[in-house]
Amino acid sequence: MRRIGIDVGGTNTDAVLLEDGRVVHAVKSPTSEDVTGGILSSLDALRRHPQVASGKIDGVVIGTTHFINAVVQRRHLGKIAAVRIGMPAAASLPPFCDWPQDLAALVAGEIVMLEGGHDYDGREIMPFAEAEMRAAARRIRGAGITSAGITSIFSPLDPTHEERAAAILTEECPDIRITLSHRLGRIGLLERENAALLNAALGDLAKVTIDGFRAAIAKSGIDAPLYLTQNDGTVMSAETAMALPVMSFASGATNSMRGAAFLSGLKDAMVVDVGGTSSDVGQLRNGFPREANSVVEIGGVRTLFRMPDLYSIGLGGGSIVRNAGVPPAGGRDGRSPITVGPESVGYRLTREALVFGGGIVTATDAAVKAGVVEIGDAARLGELSRATAEGVIALATAMLEDAIDRMKTEAGDVTLIAVGGGAFLVPDRLQGIGEVIRVAHGDCANAVGAAVAQVSGETDQIYRDMTRAEAIAAAEAQAKERATAGGADPATIQTIEIEDMPLAYLPGNALRVRVRVAGEMGSA
Amino acid sequence: MTETREITLDDIESLAVGAWILGTGGGGSPYLGLLNMRRLYAEGHRLQLMSPFDLADDDWIAVVSNMGAPLVGQERLADSRNIARAVEMQEAYHGWKFRAVLSLEIGGNNSIQPLMAAAHLGLPVVDADTMGRAYPEAQMTSVAVGDLRPYPCALYDPRGIEAMVTQVPTWKWMERTSRKICTEMGSIASTCKAPRTGAEVKKWGIHFTTSKAIGIGRKVREAQRRHEDPIAAVLDEGQGKLLFRGKVVDVARRTTEGFLRGTASIEGLDEDRGSRLELAFQNEWVVAWRDDGSERRPIAMSPDLICVLDSVSGNAFGTETIRYGMRASVVALPAPPVFLTAKGLQHVGPRAFGYDIDFRSVFA
Repeated sequence: MRRIGIDVGGTNTDAVLLEDGRVVHAVKSPTSEDVTGGILSSLDALRRHPQVASGKIDGVVIGTTHFINAVVQRRHLGKIAAVRIGMPAAASLPPFCDWPQDLAALVAGEIVMLEGGHDYDGREIMPFAEAEMRAAARRIRGAGITSAGITSIFSPLDPTHEERAAAILTEECPDIRITLSHRLGRIGLLERENAALLNAALGDLAKVTIDGFRAAIAKSGIDAPLYLTQNDGTVMSAETAMALPVMSFASGATNSMRGAAFLSGLKDAMVVDVGGTSSDVGQLRNGFPREANSVVEIGGVRTLFRMPDLYSIGLGGGSIVRNAGVPPAGGRDGRSPITVGPESVGYRLTREALVFGGGIVTATDAAVKAGVVEIGDAARLGELSRATAEGVIALATAMLEDAIDRMKTEAGDVTLIAVGGGAFLVPDRLQGIGEVIRVAHGDCANAVGAAVAQVSGETDQIYRDMTRAEAIAAAEAQAKERATAGGADPATIQTIEIEDMPLAYLPGNALRVRVRVAGEMGSA
Repeated sequence: MTETREITLDDIESLAVGAWILGTGGGGSPYLGLLNMRRLYAEGHRLQLMSPFDLADDDWIAVVSNMGAPLVGQERLADSRNIARAVEMQEAYHGWKFRAVLSLEIGGNNSIQPLMAAAHLGLPVVDADTMGRAYPEAQMTSVAVGDLRPYPCALYDPRGIEAMVTQVPTWKWMERTSRKICTEMGSIASTCKAPRTGAEVKKWGIHFTTSKAIGIGRKVREAQRRHEDPIAAVLDEGQGKLLFRGKVVDVARRTTEGFLRGTASIEGLDEDRGSRLELAFQNEWVVAWRDDGSERRPIAMSPDLICVLDSVSGNAFGTETIRYGMRASVVALPAPPVFLTAKGLQHVGPRAFGYDIDFRSVFA
């Protein structure tokens, strides 16, 4: 199995070739404005390596922040129709009701609210309003809208009303792109609807971008299927990604953690990914990042995406050191006046850091002076004193220790995997850490994570009048079915996460069960 | 304080934060109610908050709440017109009009329900409630402690189902009967409880709790803006005591008889390092035990309010959302005096939740 993993970050586009579980070659190129150019140049650089140039490639897996950036920057978003099914319930809180105004103005086209939807016990709130849906579909066609998000109450338990609405809409508007909220999972109407609406708004951009990825791959002479990584560290096919671009929102951080797990061979550990500007601390469980349970805001919109639970601090290789010239004990109250971060020189590190001939003192310069790493030209460090450098490293250590302690879920020492271009800032001895693991190619862990990504399936349902074991078994079976449908080899599917939550004030000892499974990509 | 004043939208933003803290882990997030109020204020609605002591003895006061499973609320959301309709059902049943609207419970999303009803009906909101916090059952109110009449209760479902429970022998029976109806409605119902007279609200209401929730919320939001300690702000504004600071290390949940029960364990940090705090909950936090290794003793219990707050933001953690790794500060706030009597403790003391311990106040 030979697979190329690509991570398109804000600064660099990293690419690796993985062959039978081994990194053959890894390259870094600057990310380009159009995303595609950066991918093309990293693929070119990768293919100049003799072992990459020849031989078949089984798949190209890309992780990108392109779609989340579009939402945050309010760019390339389309006008959409929002269809809510569940009237008369929830009538006073229509679609877009908790969006930032500028984003709603950009995205909201037609808003349709119809009778229908379900209760938690499977009964219909009201019969689905077929005729009204057809009339609305004609209005949507008349308005020239090309993308729609459809959300019905309790659709994760019973999606039939969403599906019926989609069928009618397709009859009236044959070319419309449709997002059904239950495909994005999770109970919580507003957050699920928001995810569906964001997804619908990204429809055109997803098509253009993923077509561009395909063209770049073809242009570099590679004949292999394209996959995109999603928030939970697993992959989806290019076709699925085109339909569900929101599923790739947080893939960068997730890929780093998955890469760290792969390169270290560890399944349960803490991970710190030190980049140029910030460090992300997370926790691996069963080889996957532990997920955040809480509401996640994307560009000011509340959603319930599957996102890794990360704690980020403003510390990286490019972090700017302030007051480096002041003696360490010269601050007020005898405290050190030296600070590091959160400002950073970012991608200008190779021009502006002292060791590269620049004039700004960075964390990298301090690390070189303190002797923890050899980068650039140490002779250029000039007046940066050893005491100051060691003070900066001590400060960075304290910041990392605090961040790691916040993310730990158990007392006692744990293992930490340090990855990312700035991993040299992580010392070998840290409070609460038994061992710091460093891995070859750790600076490209994100691209490695993309290359090794598996196929997942998830379910989130309410079960009643069942034992806990029966409910979990039913949920696992459904999640496995979904993973297989997504292209996983059934023989390799493993359960990643089981979460069960008894529900207050519901009869029949109702239990909400969420199960996530993942398996290797089938060689289809 | 006997004056009526306008409630600003900023007050309601603060109320949402403060009421979630007074929810003591339950009561549901006020977020959806807040969204409704933002919309109503954008449409031009304005509300008045009146002192309970400005009520005439023979005024009729509507006591409102949303009943049901928080999870169902996340799907069916909250519609301001539904709670107004439940109030109108009572008026139609009795043939008279209400003077004002009162919250059944100031903790959680029910703090906003009277505001939503009042906006549609053009009535003032009374600065009081009947719990001073959130509690799981109908008999756990100050008016039940006062043995006031438990009926009639109006329940409304927006698909056109209207029910009145016109007579029951006790508050417990009201709880059981109305809960059944609520379940049939999809485990969510807008309810208007037994009407209260102005005299009853003055004697048995828990007074100025709306202002208290707004005050706590405002101080927390100010502390967040200024990067000051929000926990200190809660202690100061709520005249509370800090019980424990630490990190959540274990959460176990189960449902029995429809209630969410379980325990959460918090491992001490800073001054509490080396100790553990164990919290038992039935929808809300009920009892806190401190374990110092050699000794394990209860240090706080209902009816004192046990609030588990995010050590950084000061926002409340709910019993449904608390999980491993969260940094928590556990704070006690004083119980309303009505619950400290022998009769009050029968309704909401530790034994009412199945814990065979004598009530000892954190503030004794």
